Amino acid sequence: MSERPVQQRVRLRSITPEGAYHRLVLDAGQVARTAQPGQFVALSVGGADSAMLLRRCFSIAGRREGGIELLIAARGKGSTWLTQRRPGTSLDVIGPLGGPFPPAPRRAGVVLVGGGYGAAPLLWFAEELIARGRAASTVQLVLGAASQDRLAGVEQARALGAGVHVTTDDGSAGIAGRVTAAVPAALAAARREAPRESRPAPGSAPAAGSGSAETAGPPVEVYACGPMAMLRAVSEVAAEHGSPTWCAVEESMACGVGVCMTCVLPIRGADGVVRNLRTCTDGPTFDARAIVWDQIPSLTGGSR
Amino acid sequence: MSAGERAEGTAGEVSGVDMTTHLGTLELPNPVLTASGCSAAGRELDPFLDVAGLGAVVTKSIARAARPGRATPRMAETPSGMLNSIGLQGPGIEAFLAKDVPWLRERGARAVVSIAGGDAAEFAELAGRLAELGPEGGISALEVNISCPNVANRGLVFACDPAASTQVIAGVVEVVAGRLPVLAKLSPDVTDIVEIARACLDAGADGLAMINTTLGMVIDTDTLRPVLAGITGGLSGPAIRPIAVRCIYQVHAAMRAGALRPAPIVGIGGVRTGLDALQLVAAGACAVQVGTATFNDPSAPERVLGELRHALAERGFARFVDAIGRAHD
Ligand SMILES: Cc1cc2nc3c(=O)[nH]c(=O)nc-3n(C[C@H](O)[C@H](O)[C@H](O)COP(=O)(O)OP(=O)(O)OC[C@H]3O[C@@H](n4cnc5c(N)ncnc54)[C@H](O)[C@@H]3O)c2cc1C
Ligand SMILES: Cc1cc2nc3c(=O)[nH]c(=O)nc-3n(C[C@H](O)[C@H](O)[C@H](O)COP(=O)(O)O)c2cc1C
Ligand code: FES
Repeated sequence: MSERPVQQRVRLRSITPEGAYHRLVLDAGQVARTAQPGQFVALSVGGADSAMLLRRCFSIAGRREGGIELLIAARGKGSTWLTQRRPGTSLDVIGPLGGPFPPAPRRAGVVLVGGGYGAAPLLWFAEELIARGRAASTVQLVLGAASQDRLAGVEQARALGAGVHVTTDDGSAGIAGRVTAAVPAALAAARREAPRESRPAPGSAPAAGSGSAETAGPPVEVYACGPMAMLRAVSEVAAEHGSPTWCAVEESMACGVGVCMTCVLPIRGADGVVRNLRTCTDGPTFDARAIVWDQIPSLTGGSR
Repeated sequence: MSAGERAEGTAGEVSGVDMTTHLGTLELPNPVLTASGCSAAGRELDPFLDVAGLGAVVTKSIARAARPGRATPRMAETPSGMLNSIGLQGPGIEAFLAKDVPWLRERGARAVVSIAGGDAAEFAELAGRLAELGPEGGISALEVNISCPNVANRGLVFACDPAASTQVIAGVVEVVAGRLPVLAKLSPDVTDIVEIARACLDAGADGLAMINTTLGMVIDTDTLRPVLAGITGGLSGPAIRPIAVRCIYQVHAAMRAGALRPAPIVGIGGVRTGLDALQLVAAGACAVQVGTATFNDPSAPERVLGELRHALAERGFARFVDAIGRAHD
């Protein structure tokens, strides 16, 4: 169980354009104190009498000198309002919300797949993994977006020394195509670079159940953050290569703190029963195998 | 500037107001409650406010069995409000009694339990189960959510039909047998709210809670399709406050005129600040619930209480109850 969230009025320390996005640093000391990669914050938008009643949720993209970083895409009215704030503006923030990314086993390679701004929390995760002693080469980042300006974190990832695989839908950077095009290569690299001790001895038979040469060798765990259709596609490719995927989902949230039940996804429990779980408090990260994709309206021809 | 901000400058002189209020036989230390479906069963708000310091926590409407609720998307933001179509997702009465009621008790919070059923028998069964526990079991009152679909009548909500409202409330009142105050929660989506209020009071309800959400709809202009999977949803938030004030005023006026048995009204709808709450009180509410505003500010119920106390002091009220229905004088 993670720490209790706090509600804080904080100062916007800085705001910097970064490609199609804006990086905001908030002086949210109490949030920063306990925040972990995978958690998010909920910001109120539009001021005290705002007609935009609902908070907007953003993944925490890092901690910096007692503050937190966010990478925000101006999308509709609320996020646009946020990206137009000046340093010094006072903002009302709640966080950290949701649970952190589950820890990666020490012996496993790690592939982190970020779509657009979804890369931001994964970069912080990579940073923390490496800071805690993991060889940078065992961390492979797949960063994809519609176009080059919507790619996030490529320079940061290179600076960390992690493996970097870039895709764009329009071919303006990296491989032309979806992130899934780069996932097999990233999985192979993560497996190749995974800690030595866990490699099968030369000449030994692959472990039972991992028949093909591709999936033999050390385990690799995948973490993905981006649109729902991307999460599903990534988890399918990863599963074909014998890897589990942790999906950080982004559902519409009215409260962010667990009281309203708007943000649910159908999740199969250990008992086999499918329940609509709150992605804000029970997530936002779920094991792809537990997500009942075929019951998610947005993926099956629902109205959005 | 909100009332709360002004409160800071003159704190001290505000402590004098007696905030006590009554819902029938139930005495509450103050008149600000959470609203059903906007505070779960209180626990998630614990980091943001003291649940025991509120008048009461009103829990999410609970049914006999666990319900999965409707498909997503379940919400759409609208100007100063939102639409929701949650479909009463919940764990069912047994899990609720096992997990949620003990927590509220342990915290010393007063629990007003909202119940929902597909027919009068389900309402009565739920009411019986809760009345058995009674105040000693941690239940302070029942709120009967008759603004939910009547299975037998093509899903028409009970609260839109005086006969169906009477049937549900009479069944609940009979089984509760005075062990708990029974509040009937009304829908504003009716031609004459006084008529439904009368049906509920004649059936024996101890009080009224009003209003529930009003039905609305939003269309996505890119897809030209309804945004909500459930097509329509309940509109809530400050956008509906004038409707709540009007409904409370009409029902309280009918009570004053002798056309309706006098009974406590719990005001609900669009309360975001203490002054919003004061409007509902002046219209005739003897307590208020804070719903959607909690999504904007999870400490809102506690903040509204402070702001209301201050607003009353500023206006020279020594007791909260003296402000009830003042708009009719
Ligand atoms: C856990 C989580 C983490 C997120 N992390 C980031 C991030 O790091 N960077 C970033 O740019 N965005 C992130 N988002 C998406 C961001 O919350 C939305 O883009 C934003 O709320 C849109 O608000 P708006 O007013 O601009 O758009 P509008 O379309 O005007 O918003 C209307 C309503 O819909 C909701 N909404 C609209 N789009 C989304 C969406 N994609 N996800 C959830 N709710 C939505 C809004 O919260 C609001 O209530 C995250 C969302 C979630 C749930
Ligand atoms: C997300 C959501 C869920 C709700 N669930 C319930 C419910 O289960 N039972 C009920 O009686 N009212 C429910 N309501 C209605 C509120 O209790 C309240 O009557 C209404 O929202 C108006 O008040 P507000 O403007 O302060 O939100 C719900 C409202 C919202 C926004
Ligand atoms: S957003 Fe309200 S319960 Fe998750």
